[in-house]
Amino acid sequence: MALKTESDAHILTVFLEGEIDHHIAKSIREEIDMSIERVHPATLALDFGEVTFMDSSGIGLVMGRYREMKQLNGSVTVKNAPASIRKVMRLAGLDKLAHIE
Amino acid sequence: MKPLNEMKVQFFSRSVNESFARVAVAAFIAQLDPTLDELSDIKTAVSEAVTNSIVHGYKDQIGNIYLTVKIYENGRINIAIRDRGCGIDDVKTAMEPMYTSKPGGERAGLGFTVMQSFMDKLRVRSRSGYGTTVIMEKMLKMRKDAES
Repeated sequence: MALKTESDAHILTVFLEGEIDHHIAKSIREEIDMSIERVHPATLALDFGEVTFMDSSGIGLVMGRYREMKQLNGSVTVKNAPASIRKVMRLAGLDKLAHIE
Repeated sequence: MKPLNEMKVQFFSRSVNESFARVAVAAFIAQLDPTLDELSDIKTAVSEAVTNSIVHGYKDQIGNIYLTVKIYENGRINIAIRDRGCGIDDVKTAMEPMYTSKPGGERAGLGFTVMQSFMDKLRVRSRSGYGTTVIMEKMLKMRKDAES
């Protein structure tokens, strides 16, 4: 999957799309991590606007990126998550780790 | 009690089948005209159970996963997901929120928590060395009666 990304001096935005499950999580993770490596952003913004399904594999994905950004003294922001996905995020307490817009 | 309708599918424990299982369940229960929220809850719970069988039950070896969906009166649906994988030694611990037997793998340890919160009932039967069966139930708000 080639994810669309956008970066300025501080923020790396990754536009996620489609269904996020265990099957696809690894390749998404690798792509995001490559971008983080390249850009070294202060904030990683994950845009869920085009995500149609997510299970707890997506929670693992966000938590892992949070740990990574923390090592770079950065933060994670979650953007445009549809209601069904926010429900899974709330259940996981993700709002304590990431800023959910 | 006899179900009004029932379907069974069997598939390999390949991760590509996680989405197949979700779609198969969604297609079958479409006859009850579920709300988008109900559908999303059920698909998420099914995805968690099937992923558990693939990642933990069969530990990425290929085995069979058996999925049964039954529809009862008044919009009650019963979903069973069974594997013949390694089984769970301690079901109680496995079901604790954030517990994962694979901490390095970026698994959140929330599979059972999601199943429990998104469905009305969850029962897990497992025997070490023989496999695991997850049975989940949800009552749909009835907007249309199932054809019997």
